[in-house]
Amino acid sequence: MSQKIAKKKMAKNPHLAVETAPRTKAMEKEEVAAVPTKMVTVYIMGKAYKVPAESTIMGAIEYAGYQIKRGAGCREGFCGACATVYRLPGDFKIYTGLACTTLVQDGMWLSQLPSIPAHKPVYDLEKLKPDITAFQQLYPEIFRCVACNTCTKACPQNLQVMDYIQAAIRGDIEKVMDLSFDCLCCGLCSIRCPAEIVHYNVGLLAKRLYGRYLSPRSQELELRLQEIRSGKYDKEYRKLIKMSREDLKKLYYARDIEEEKE
Amino acid sequence: MYPEYMRPSLKKVEETRPRRLELQKSGKPVFPPMTAQEREEVLKKFHPDYRPDALRQVRIGPNKGELMTREVADLLESHTRIDPTKFDLSRPDFETDILIIGGGGAGCAAAIIARQHGAKSIISTKLRLGDANSMMSQGGMQAAVTPQDSPTRHYLDAIGGGHFDNKPELVRALTEDGPEVVKWLEDLGVIWDKRPDGNNYVLHGGGTSRRRMHSCRDYTGAIIMRTLMDEVRNHPEDITVMEFMPTVELIMDHHGRCAGGILYNLETEEYFIVKAKATIIATGGFGRLHIRGFDTTNHYGATGDGLIIAYRAGAKLLYMDSVQYHPTGAVFPEQIAGFLITEKIRGAGGQPVNRHGELFVFPKEPRDVESAAIIRECLERKNGIETPSGRVGVWLDSPLIEMLHGEGYIAKNFPAMYRQFIRYGIDITKEPMLTYPSLHYQNGGIEINERCETNIPGLYVAGEASGGVHGRNRLMGNSVLDYNVFGRRAGKYAAEYAKNVKLGRLTLDHVLNYEKELKRAGIKTDRIAPILLPLYTPEEVRKRQLTAKYEGTLR
Ligand SMILES: Cc1cc2nc3c(=O)[nH]c(=O)nc-3n(C[C@H](O)[C@H](O)[C@H](O)COP(=O)(O)OP(=O)(O)OC[C@H]3O[C@@H](n4cnc5c(N)ncnc54)[C@H](O)[C@@H]3O)c2cc1C
Ligand code: SF4
Ligand code: SF4
Ligand code: FES
Repeated sequence: MSQKIAKKKMAKNPHLAVETAPRTKAMEKEEVAAVPTKMVTVYIMGKAYKVPAESTIMGAIEYAGYQIKRGAGCREGFCGACATVYRLPGDFKIYTGLACTTLVQDGMWLSQLPSIPAHKPVYDLEKLKPDITAFQQLYPEIFRCVACNTCTKACPQNLQVMDYIQAAIRGDIEKVMDLSFDCLCCGLCSIRCPAEIVHYNVGLLAKRLYGRYLSPRSQELELRLQEIRSGKYDKEYRKLIKMSREDLKKLYYARDIEEEKE
Repeated sequence: MYPEYMRPSLKKVEETRPRRLELQKSGKPVFPPMTAQEREEVLKKFHPDYRPDALRQVRIGPNKGELMTREVADLLESHTRIDPTKFDLSRPDFETDILIIGGGGAGCAAAIIARQHGAKSIISTKLRLGDANSMMSQGGMQAAVTPQDSPTRHYLDAIGGGHFDNKPELVRALTEDGPEVVKWLEDLGVIWDKRPDGNNYVLHGGGTSRRRMHSCRDYTGAIIMRTLMDEVRNHPEDITVMEFMPTVELIMDHHGRCAGGILYNLETEEYFIVKAKATIIATGGFGRLHIRGFDTTNHYGATGDGLIIAYRAGAKLLYMDSVQYHPTGAVFPEQIAGFLITEKIRGAGGQPVNRHGELFVFPKEPRDVESAAIIRECLERKNGIETPSGRVGVWLDSPLIEMLHGEGYIAKNFPAMYRQFIRYGIDITKEPMLTYPSLHYQNGGIEINERCETNIPGLYVAGEASGGVHGRNRLMGNSVLDYNVFGRRAGKYAAEYAKNVKLGRLTLDHVLNYEKELKRAGIKTDRIAPILLPLYTPEEVRKRQLTAKYEGTLR
């Protein structure tokens, strides 16, 4: 019964590509036989809903009838808007994940976190030094880390979160930058941390310090900027802008292509 | 994990792989690139923009009579969310120098630069700051920095890529400011990929004649966006961020100048009046309109809001007849349908192949041509692979990449991609991805000049919401550059303008007049715009929401 309803609902989902091949009745039957819509029960903020077994948590919430306002951004695992905590039946653990990329499981008990309270000290990048003093000044609480590794276990990106906090404690900016590079700022590490550290902001600070002060500078870039400032390209620009469409086309199709090399 | 019924096709892909690897290694094109004529043919027959019902004439407003993408014309022919007579505009809730609409890349860049020019700003944004397409770019940003390259060469590539329809002065601004943007971002703390000598590591993208794609691993957008956001938040005294507070209409003064906007608190459902000397629209694209039912790569808030509010106020749009479909969006697993598979995968040797494991297109055709060829392979030649949910796609053979560049290459260079698929039990180092074109980018938009000015005094536009920079086809890497170049310019010129302007009486008459125009044109519709959020509530649920009055997608 519920399977039938599920199929009906899915067919009307505006998400489906209409520009696909017209399908024959036979194909449709075959598919339904091959992949029946299996339903599972999930508890969204404590209320039970039946949803398709292959849903993401985000898909399940929408399937249940919620119009998400908070809790969705990129919907692809880049923005960290969709932090979710859940428990599973017969398991004492608290799990964490991104609603947009985590699949539901039968009996899952879940809540999205609408926002993560976290402080972000205001600073002037030009007045900071790329060493331990920056952390001492802005995030002194990192020195309270008890090395419990809870943050690492909570991270949906599988980052070595504790290790980057430890690197920050040592003032190793490059290491913090490298280990936190793929951080989505979802905040799941921070809500689990007994030392009340806001890991992702520590990572962000390290990245900005690295980019500003430690990353090697490009000579080519400096030269190019001088050329532009001296007006080296003005004449050619004027010529290109005045050029007829036909002449531009000729020039375009005749241009040489730099070799593809590593 | 792929379902059993796909196994035979996967097997064929495996069988043809060694042969295709040899081809790739030979250095010659793995498939004959199309001639100009072949390109035209496949575009005409299969590109979604050319479908007979893709376009229609818009019946009202500044572009009246022009052909536009059907869904865009629908958006423009919609009712306002508000009753303009209910607002007492003589008592604004907030006053500022610049109202910036949209907290993505363009909006944040504008706020930072406006501040340096002495202007205070309010950023009105729909979701959280940075919940934006800008957060999602993986591939990179173009800028002509190497000695063998030049800004004028970049100009030629961009204008050729745009089919010569780009506005020349905008392309000049884009390409000439490029190197400066690379430096500006680095000074703000963006970490560019580097060669050992300290120069930036650059790659080719579709349509570039020189390698000029700068990147930050495959989290380019995330690194740039978070840096800009962090900088915005370092100046709370000058920049006020209002999250979950989208702008739903512009406000004008009685001289016809833009004078701020009406903001809507998504959570408390209150409306607020923001009076501003200048206004910048930086609302990004429209992927979530799901044009022609396509899945999209775009973020949740990409609903083309800026287009409609500007249009009601009398701003002209440009090139709203062209939509960019990215050739390779994921179609399986369904949970990530639309997910962008970066062009760099093909750049690194990944090949699109059909259900028989055969090549059918040169992997590096321009985006529109590549997309059309994939659609042809699926629809006309029936060589696609169907998914359980009724989508169809072709394989993008990623294991080739590791065979070409060595084991570990994917994990190192495409961590985001690898992660996305391994979650569903698909190891892209060993199995191909299933892909189909995905709605990706709004090529046109609100027409601007190189100072980001529109035909309405006091209204500026920057980023994906604007039109003219990319003509009718945007090249990879030029839109990250776009939102930086024009976000900065909008911030500067709006701040300068705001210094001298004295606003007159505020009015929403343009909204009332637009409603009248709808009526006069005999347009009967219950559409409401801006739609703000896409609708994913199942029909069955909506039917039971008996006491709810829907206004567009929101109750
Ligand atoms: C998955 C993906 C990958 C990409 N990869 C690349 C790449 O590699 N290289 C490249 O050059 N380009 C790439 N692009 C394109 C590029 O990222 C975007 O075009 C660009 O970031 C747009 O910037 P923006 O600031 O104009 O808009 P956005 O960054 O989208 O910001 C717009 C903001 O406005 C908000 N908003 C919308 N409506 C309202 C309203 N009514 N009121 C208030 N706020 C509103 C939105 O929520 C959002 O925060 C990619 C795009 C996507 C989606
Ligand atoms: S480090 Fe923390 S904030 Fe960053 S992705 Fe992991 S859990 Fe989320
Ligand atoms: S959770 Fe907090 S205390 Fe525990 S290791 Fe991580 S940072 Fe340290
Ligand atoms: S919605 Fe962006 S990470 Fe989930």
